[in-house]
Amino acid sequence: MNGQPDHQNTGVGLQVRGLKKSFGDNEVLKGIDFEVQPGEIFVIMGPSGSGKSVLLKHLIGLEAPDDGEILINGESVHSEEIAAKYRMAMVFQSGALLNSLTVGENVGLYLAEHQLKDPEEIDKIVSEKLDDVGLKDAVGKMPSELSGGMKKRAAIARALVIEPQLILYDEPTSELDPLSSVVVGEEILKLKERIHVTSLVVSHDRDLAFGIADRIAVIDEGQILTIGTPDEVKNCREERVQKFLHAYLKKTDSK
Amino acid sequence: MFENIGEIILLFWRTVMALPLAWRQRQKVLEQFFEIGNASLLMVCVLSFFIGAVIVLQTGPVMVEHSLTSAVGGIAGIAMAKELAPVMMAILIAGRIGSAFAAEIGSMRVYQEIDALRTMNINPIHYLVLPRLIAIAVALPMLVVFAILVGWFGGAVVAEANNHIGIPFQTFFHDLRDIVVTKDVANGVFKSFCFGVVIGVVSCHQGLVTIGGPRGIGRSVTKAVVNSIVLIVIFDYILTRMLLK
Repeated sequence: MNGQPDHQNTGVGLQVRGLKKSFGDNEVLKGIDFEVQPGEIFVIMGPSGSGKSVLLKHLIGLEAPDDGEILINGESVHSEEIAAKYRMAMVFQSGALLNSLTVGENVGLYLAEHQLKDPEEIDKIVSEKLDDVGLKDAVGKMPSELSGGMKKRAAIARALVIEPQLILYDEPTSELDPLSSVVVGEEILKLKERIHVTSLVVSHDRDLAFGIADRIAVIDEGQILTIGTPDEVKNCREERVQKFLHAYLKKTDSK
Repeated sequence: MFENIGEIILLFWRTVMALPLAWRQRQKVLEQFFEIGNASLLMVCVLSFFIGAVIVLQTGPVMVEHSLTSAVGGIAGIAMAKELAPVMMAILIAGRIGSAFAAEIGSMRVYQEIDALRTMNINPIHYLVLPRLIAIAVALPMLVVFAILVGWFGGAVVAEANNHIGIPFQTFFHDLRDIVVTKDVANGVFKSFCFGVVIGVVSCHQGLVTIGGPRGIGRSVTKAVVNSIVLIVIFDYILTRMLLK
């Protein structure tokens, strides 16, 4: 979400204060407060319909809040300068690859549209980024030819091209098999080590959250129930948190 | 439709403001231009041939009966150039291309591709609307010039072949040239340019405001075509009135 990227590779800090959003009579976010430190992996967990995806859309500036503010390094995410100043990317739940473009064109789209590099350089960068996520051979394929996991990894490669300081992931492991989920989780961890990017992951995948998070927030019915390290969240006594974390299917005896 | 008229005008204004960026989008303009021409040329040819033919078939025998044989070519020529080719081709293009614009952009909206563009700081108006609007505003007048010529040809064929009319090919065109002037063709071309802009803006707007799944896309396509046709007819009256002066 930017114009000309500079070459600083440190993650940015994110502050969310008193965020409220309603759609008609439906109050989706009821005053959300949290902070994400630069370079941190912060996971927001919660059941379906708890307001996670709406929150994410506010963070990237796709929705405007009714009340409250979102700050990146102290500056409002809705200010004019923010896009030029900080590099942000989002990996959508569906991947949101442009279906009319090849995987390679999707990954290089940001550089091509902003005319930041010449075509040969773009091809080289695209090849590198796809190699980073294990998709080098998919460069000429159409998104419809990819599996769900491959689409997610291609979307991560597209985000990497921006050299982001903040990456937002919307349900990165939904619809994926356990092995693909592990690959995506490893990618998120690798990025933190390699480019010190700040990562905000929205997910209801408990294994992913406890496997990659520095801190976790649990959200339900538009409110944050708890925030802490994975251990702190595991030991949280709040009933709704425990219910979410320990919800397992019990096989009933049909005899 | 009318409740969205403000949004449609705003989209048109923003696209006009983005015109200096058109050169950057030239590849996409050419792709859309090819798409419009390629998808429509045969249909334009068939439609305009038979429109020209039926005008002469309807008017020819009556005119001949009233000793107005020399007016047949002129009436067919004027009707085709000033009214029928621009309006009928615009309706055809609204159905073929306007629906495609609404469906493509609508599905991109539903499947979050437009959100993805925004997160990459790529303006959907520059990336999606601008190339389509330029392409349709240029392609439609060109198709209309082609339609006028084919329509005249269709009229001439019927004028010669039909026993009740019996006007030779050369006489038909001679009579046509006596009445039709360059300005008549220019009027038709100008009208088709305006219709192209209307179809482009209305269809792209409808795509951008699509909500829901495949059903929402279907609704958008229908609305894009119907709204375009209604506006074409309204604009046709307004433009004809203006050009009469």
